[in-house]
Parts: sequence; C-alpha cells; structure tokens
Amino acid sequence: MEPMDTSSATRSEAGDDMRLVARVRAGDQQALAELYDRYSSVVYGVALRILQDTGAAEDILQDIFLQLWRRPDAFDSSRGSLTAWLAVIARHRSIDLLRKRRPETDIEDCVIAGGADPRDQTERSIVIEKVRVVMNEMGADQRTAMEMAFFQGLTHTEIAEKTGEPLGTIKTRIRSGLQMLRARLAS
Amino acid sequence: MRTHEQFEEDLALYALNELTGNDLQEFDQHVETCAACRREVQALRSDLGLLALSTAGPRPPQRSKDRLMRAIAAEPRGAKSPAPAQPPRRGLSWALIPAAVALALLFAVGNLWQENGRLRDQINTMTALYQNTTAQLAHAEEQLRLLSAPDAMQVSLSPQSEPRNPHATTIYSPSQKRLMLMATNLAPLPPGKMYELWLIPMEGAPMPAGMFKPDEHGNALMTDHVMSAGVLAKAFAVTIEDAVGADKPTMPIVISGQGL
Repeated sequence: MEPMDTSSATRSEAGDDMRLVARVRAGDQQALAELYDRYSSVVYGVALRILQDTGAAEDILQDIFLQLWRRPDAFDSSRGSLTAWLAVIARHRSIDLLRKRRPETDIEDCVIAGGADPRDQTERSIVIEKVRVVMNEMGADQRTAMEMAFFQGLTHTEIAEKTGEPLGTIKTRIRSGLQMLRARLAS
Repeated sequence: MRTHEQFEEDLALYALNELTGNDLQEFDQHVETCAACRREVQALRSDLGLLALSTAGPRPPQRSKDRLMRAIAAEPRGAKSPAPAQPPRRGLSWALIPAAVALALLFAVGNLWQENGRLRDQINTMTALYQNTTAQLAHAEEQLRLLSAPDAMQVSLSPQSEPRNPHATTIYSPSQKRLMLMATNLAPLPPGKMYELWLIPMEGAPMPAGMFKPDEHGNALMTDHVMSAGVLAKAFAVTIEDAVGADKPTMPIVISGQGL
C-alpha cells in the first residue's frame, strides 16, 4: 500500500482539491505544496515506471507541478479527479520524453470527466487497492496489452506486432479492460 | 471519411495520444463537433488515470519538493519580467561603439524573445479558454435542444410506498433519443447497488435508461443519457439493481410515472 504523508492527510479533511486549486489560483504557494504532498507520488510513480530513470521522472514531476502553478485554470475541478488528471498528464509527458519528441501534451488540452474522485488518504488507498485488484483479476494477455499501451506508449499496431495477436483483438482487450476498470470502480 | 462508429472504435487510441498526422486531425475535428465522443474521450482519460494508480507507490526524494518550491518562489503570481537594462549614454569611447551596438542588439533580441514567449503563453491561454467555452456552449445547446424539442416529454415519477417521499422527473425526446432525470429524496443505496431508470415502451420489454447514484442528500441528476433507439415511452420506472446493471427490472419499483 502506498505510504501517505500524514500531515497532508490531516489537512485534506479541512480542504479538498477544489479549494486547494482555488488557493493556487490566488498565488498561495502553501496550497501547491499541499497538492504536491498529496499527488507527487502518483505523478512520480507513473513517470518512473515509464522512463525507468529517477532523474527524468523528477524532471517530469517538476514540470507538471510548475505548469499547475502557472496555469491552475487548466484543471476543471468540477468535472473529474485531480489524481486522474495529473496521472494522465504524467503519462503523456513521459511518453513524449521516451520517444524523444517535444512535449505534445498541453495540460489545458487534457480534459477529463467522471470517474472515481478520492478526496482523502483513505479513499485514495481504497481506489488504488481496487485498481490493483481489478488489474490482477484480468487475464495476463489483457493486462499485458493495457500495460504496453499505457506504460510503454506502444500503439495498438505495435502491440499486435509484438504479441503476434490480431490488431482487432488488441483493440478489444484495451477497450474492454478500461470499461472493466470503470465499471468496477463505479460499483 | 470515417463514420461515427469508426471514430468511436478508436477513441481509446485518441485518448492515449497515439494518433498522428491525418488520423489525429480527423479525430480532432470529429471530437470537436461530436459531444458523445468528446465525453467518452474525457471519461477514457479518467479511466487511464485510474490505471496509472496501479503504479502509485514510490515517493520522490525531498530534493524534488525543495526544487519545486524554490522555482515557484521565483515566480510569484503576477510577477513581471525584469526591466531591460539601459545602455550607458555617456562616457563611451569610440572604440567601444561596435561592442555597445552588439550588446544593444543582443538586449533587443532578448527582449523580443521574452515578449514573444509571453504573447505565445497569452495566446495559448486564450485559445484554451475559447475551446473550453465553446465546449460548454455546445453542451448547453444540446441540453436546450432536448428541453425545447417539440416532442420532449416530461414525466413526474411519484412514490409508491417509500416513507422518504422520493421524487423524480424525466425529460425524454424520442426523436433525439436523449433523456434526462432529476431526482430528490432518494434513499441511500446498499453497497454494490445503483438506481436504474427503465423506459417502458408502448410495446415490448422495459429498456434500461441509465444508472445513477444519489448524493448524500438523496439528490441525483442524470444528463445526456442516449437511448439506442428512439422508441415511444408509455411510462418510466426506477428500480434498485446491481451496479453492473440489469437486463430486466428487479422488483419492487421504487418510483414510476406514466408518459401519456
């Protein structure tokens, strides 16, 4: 289970992400520090898994939180969870770096909606555990296809070539895997 | 040109940022005009965010936070770029004039570059704001079209036996195949259960018309549910089902209402 910063967890009872982002918008550096305490492990974890390089993962972490500081309005807190938004941006930026291409992911273009929105340490831990359980329950082929797409940034065609499976099968595996995650997290 | 179904099939690729060139352009254009695909892309990104949580665990070193806090301290909100240095006006020897000119040019180029960057940031911000506003407007227009459709049908669903007096209103347009539901005073659900709305057609079996959960006050709002077929509705009913959904309603009916 993910170790959590207890001080940030206590503070989270008093103010949710929406309020922290509003404070960041007003130029409150402490609010950004609190958001960092809550979500840096998610961003760093994703970047490290993809890049396999602690220095590069730290650069991604720095870049994303600096962007959040500069453009807090890019996150629409009424529509989705900050955790998911940061994780997706971390994934996209890391893949950009992995492919040695200039960053193509603008944080303002990355709009998300719906999904689980854990607001405190307990809820986050439950969601993380649920995701891990769902991933473990998937067949090895499906889990591998999803991980290759998400963490290795391989296209569906590349995955089909690597695994020797038909393209249609790979598309279905990834799509149904995401649907399964969504359904199980909603229940 | 692709059909909507073909776009729909590859939305996961689009959400994963895996499309390039013409494919990407085509998807950008389609997603900009198709609210259903836009919502699905946003939901898929949210799903991808969940997938990322499977890897959460390692904490970054403390130096990362220190570095970030130093960087934002150097960028207080509303801070302006330092004023450009003025070249000296007096006491300049003729021998230094070429160097001074070169220095002045360097300053000018530097300032222009800074200004260019600032303007580019402003354009990016304004573009994002415009896109966001356009998307919100398109969404509001869709809602308005449903509410003002000539065949829009408003059905109030009243309680059967619930002591908390739950109440729901649905608005359904067969021609648009769209449906909204607003509910109040709904009882909390047992774990793993959700409310499910059923459309009772003029003929045939009840059709699932969307699932929803009330908030802590018992209120629920379900917008933009799209029915697969624009059938005429005789009535609507709400039941409690497993969160994965059901093929047919499980008794008892919590609330129901006649359509005609």
